[in-house]
Amino acid sequence: MSRLYDFHGGIHPPENKQQSNGTPIRQLPLPPLLHIALAQSVGNAALPCVQPGQQVLKGQLIATPDGRLSVAVHAPTSGTVLAIGEHAFAHPSGLPATTITLQPDGREHWQPRQNLPHWREAAGSELRDFLQQMGVVGLGGAVFPSHLKLAAGRLQTLVVNGAECEPYITCDDRLMQERAVDIVAGIGIAAHALQAGEVLIGIEDNKPLAIAAMQTACHGSTFRVVAIPTKYPSGGAKQLIRILTGKEVPHGVRATELGVQCLNVATLYAIARAVLHGEPLLSRIVTLTGAVTHAANVEALLGSPLDWLLAQAGLPAPATEVIMGGPLMGFTVPDLAAGLSKAGNCLIVKNAAEFPPRPAAMPCIRCGDCASACPMELQPMDLFWFAKAKNFGKAQEWQLFDCIECGACSYVCPSQIPLVDYYRFAKSEIWAAERDKKAADLARRRHEFRQFRIEREKSEKAERLAARAAEQAAKLAASQPPASATLVASDDDPKKAIIAAAMARAAAQQEAKPLSESHIQALDDAKQAAIKAAMERAAARKAAAQPAAGAAADSRVAANPPPASGMDDAKQAAVEAALERSAARKAAAQPVAGAAADSSVAANPPPASGMDDAKQAAIKAAMERAAARKAAAQQANSETAANSVSASPPLASGMDDVKQAAVKAAMERAAAHKAAAQQANNETAANSVAASPPLASGMDDAKQAAIKAAMERSAARKAAAQQDQQDPT
Amino acid sequence: MTRHATHIAKPATVSTVMLKVLTALLPGIALSVYCNGIGVLLQLGLATVTAVAAEAAMLRLRGVPLAPFLKDLSAVVTAWLLALAMPPLGAWWLIVVATLFAIVVAKQLYGGLGNNPFNPAMVGFAVAIISFPAQMAAWGSPLLPLDAMAQLQWIFSHSLPAGAALDAVSSATPLDLLKTGLLQGGQDVPQLLTGTRFGQFGNAGGEWIALGWLIGGLWLWQQKLIPWQTPLAMLAGVIGMAGALWLAAPAQFASPLFHLLNGATLLAAVFIVTDPVSGSTTPRGRLIFGGLVGVLTVLIRVFGGFPDAVAFAVLIMNIAVPFIDQYTQPKVFGRKGARRA
Repeated sequence: MSRLYDFHGGIHPPENKQQSNGTPIRQLPLPPLLHIALAQSVGNAALPCVQPGQQVLKGQLIATPDGRLSVAVHAPTSGTVLAIGEHAFAHPSGLPATTITLQPDGREHWQPRQNLPHWREAAGSELRDFLQQMGVVGLGGAVFPSHLKLAAGRLQTLVVNGAECEPYITCDDRLMQERAVDIVAGIGIAAHALQAGEVLIGIEDNKPLAIAAMQTACHGSTFRVVAIPTKYPSGGAKQLIRILTGKEVPHGVRATELGVQCLNVATLYAIARAVLHGEPLLSRIVTLTGAVTHAANVEALLGSPLDWLLAQAGLPAPATEVIMGGPLMGFTVPDLAAGLSKAGNCLIVKNAAEFPPRPAAMPCIRCGDCASACPMELQPMDLFWFAKAKNFGKAQEWQLFDCIECGACSYVCPSQIPLVDYYRFAKSEIWAAERDKKAADLARRRHEFRQFRIEREKSEKAERLAARAAEQAAKLAASQPPASATLVASDDDPKKAIIAAAMARAAAQQEAKPLSESHIQALDDAKQAAIKAAMERAAARKAAAQPAAGAAADSRVAANPPPASGMDDAKQAAVEAALERSAARKAAAQPVAGAAADSSVAANPPPASGMDDAKQAAIKAAMERAAARKAAAQQANSETAANSVSASPPLASGMDDVKQAAVKAAMERAAAHKAAAQQANNETAANSVAASPPLASGMDDAKQAAIKAAMERSAARKAAAQQDQQDPT
Repeated sequence: MTRHATHIAKPATVSTVMLKVLTALLPGIALSVYCNGIGVLLQLGLATVTAVAAEAAMLRLRGVPLAPFLKDLSAVVTAWLLALAMPPLGAWWLIVVATLFAIVVAKQLYGGLGNNPFNPAMVGFAVAIISFPAQMAAWGSPLLPLDAMAQLQWIFSHSLPAGAALDAVSSATPLDLLKTGLLQGGQDVPQLLTGTRFGQFGNAGGEWIALGWLIGGLWLWQQKLIPWQTPLAMLAGVIGMAGALWLAAPAQFASPLFHLLNGATLLAAVFIVTDPVSGSTTPRGRLIFGGLVGVLTVLIRVFGGFPDAVAFAVLIMNIAVPFIDQYTQPKVFGRKGARRA
């Protein structure tokens, strides 16, 4: 005999099991209708896979699991699907649930049963999938999917829960008395799947017949039946594990992490029926007791209407209040039209003698009886105080979530305070607050992004205005010199041009003020973005054309000091655009052009430190696709104008970037022809804008470069080199 | 009531708890009446009537339904504990004032049942002993009680029938005698304790009453209405502190037994420090709370200005209860190894 461990607290309420534990499990006739709710496990409701009007066979799949925590649902008998829709559901919320209503045809035609004869050899996952498809869940009331409980391996102890500690309930008692062999077969399957070192079957000592039956069935096996002292809640998984193994499973820790797993006897029976006989979970044993004439256990099909079930046990008077589950943890059924669910282990019709109305609650006098009764060793009176004061932080600090809601504290409270209600309230409030917090976080992120977007749009607007100002300044500058055709002639004008450019720069700077720092820094990364963008193959076509154009334009513009800030803005938009893949074609073009423009900004070497920030900004920018496209489009406008203004000798590094882009672009043969064509167009446009007449040689070179690029791959390098040469350094 | 509420409950109520406490007081009351005379019952009656009336008035003022809160008997328990701590032949108005203060201020103004941070009976006692030290020091001579009529006359009119000695209504308690005797000097403790008032164990008659409280306490413990920690810790505190002083200087300090049997030590150990509302609720907290009440009782008795000190010790420790509870939370199931987060 192994040592038994006690757990703290616990209560000894009147057992009231004798009303129903004396008679064998009754088989019931077919109910007129079955209401099978699709939420039959702790997870999502299963997804119906039948249509109204469809004929189904007994055991046929009618709803498939939706997610890991969900299990399949089957037709409990053969018949016709009448409806799929909302129907009363046996749940404390009182809310209806999606339910398949089935009209039995009375023939009980099975579909071919498929068992898992090779379960010993089967991989763990195969057995688990099988159980999920068979709809097996914990039948102790928690309806936790059994396949997930069998996921562990190399278990030290498998604890079999036959304690059945709640008053009134005797379904496990009768099941153990009558079907011990199947239960033990189920234990064998579970122990094999879990590679359990030992199996301990805990049964409260108020069930001597069940203990005897299980001992007989276990004869010859290594499974050990252990009679444990009758004390509520010894049937709680944590308590039973503690009693049998001495291990305490804290809240938030899986029992398997301590090498233990706990399975209910009815669940193991269901596992055996599924694995050995191919029977999905279609029915369960239900204790019908309380104010009924023939309290007993019945084997009821899932979906049997609860009022019909109670009528089978004989109702002397219409049932007023019916508890589903035990009197300590059960709930009042909101609507007896609901069908029996897998969680329905017991139905108690309340009578006035055994369930007198609870006296009005008095203030807590801190007597500490609840703390003495609490099996989790909490301080329920403190938790009550915190819950009542809505001091949820403190309640959590006092381990509110360790509460298993067994109701022992409510049972002993001399002030008759429904303590568990307060804990449920506090828990739901905390959960609601967490949901709200998540929602608020999401809203905050959205808001921040919106702010960013607004700012960026502002900056884009600013850069547009800057570009326009610069354009006008350029026009002004262009109109000043007389129409001398030579570059040398313009030597007289630099002063005026400088003044005009300075004015434009001042205007541009004013417009650019609202720009955030990160934006400005982002601009400096234009080259990098340009490279990335250029690497996009798809971008190649346009890229091939425009860099050449930009470079050509630069090369032919007279040496005027550039309006730096305006250009930077322009570049930034290019960066954003460039990172956007879907916008790649357009984007690829602009940054390169921007880079080309950059090369003309002699006075403003890019600060390297801004790179990281720039990247970050670029990433954010990429997040908004549509905006990027827009930016790219806008960029195009400003670019042309800006290019015509910029006039200082381009940086060599800038040119390198252009080259790279050009090289890659040129690698695409097919693109080349188009590029050449576009080049021509661009050129004319550029010519019309540029005030000082371009150098003829520059024009020729540019055209040449484009043509060469179009002719073959390697030509691109040459084209770039030639562009280099054109630079009037 | 929600659908998910616990559907069954033990048929226990606050009233049954309070009724059991009152029952547990009966042996001590009987012995006290035997030693001190009918005046004890009169004090109990006065206190009860005052307490219930004050409770009803306050509940009315607070707009709280009267019936459930009068039926809970908590006011009666307060009244009885206070009356039993007061001098049996004290003037009628003394117990009335003390009870009024206990119920109106210490209990109802703090929010009534379950919300008072201080033990109401001890608050009432402290108010009386601070405000009326002379009246509070005048105890009847035990085992030589006046006849019932004389007691009534004394309590209500402060006059004695012809022939009755004033000593019969105004003799000091042993604690008082010892204190004044030591202050006067000349005699040490063992010499002082040879006086007739001290009897064989330091409190002629009083030891029987103390035994009465002990019997009631054992029954309450058996009924699981009081924990063992608080009473035992308080007694241990008294014995430990008094014992240490006595061992150090037997001529200056009385024995632990003297402190156990005198004043309200046992009454407090069983019925006062076990008051759940104003006491500690954690197992370790109860040990600390009870133990320190015991230590403080002896220290205030020996070095303080008042002859008895249980009330002050209890009130001081009442202040510390939230602090004690905060730091003595028991480890939750499954978290024994780790510290509470």
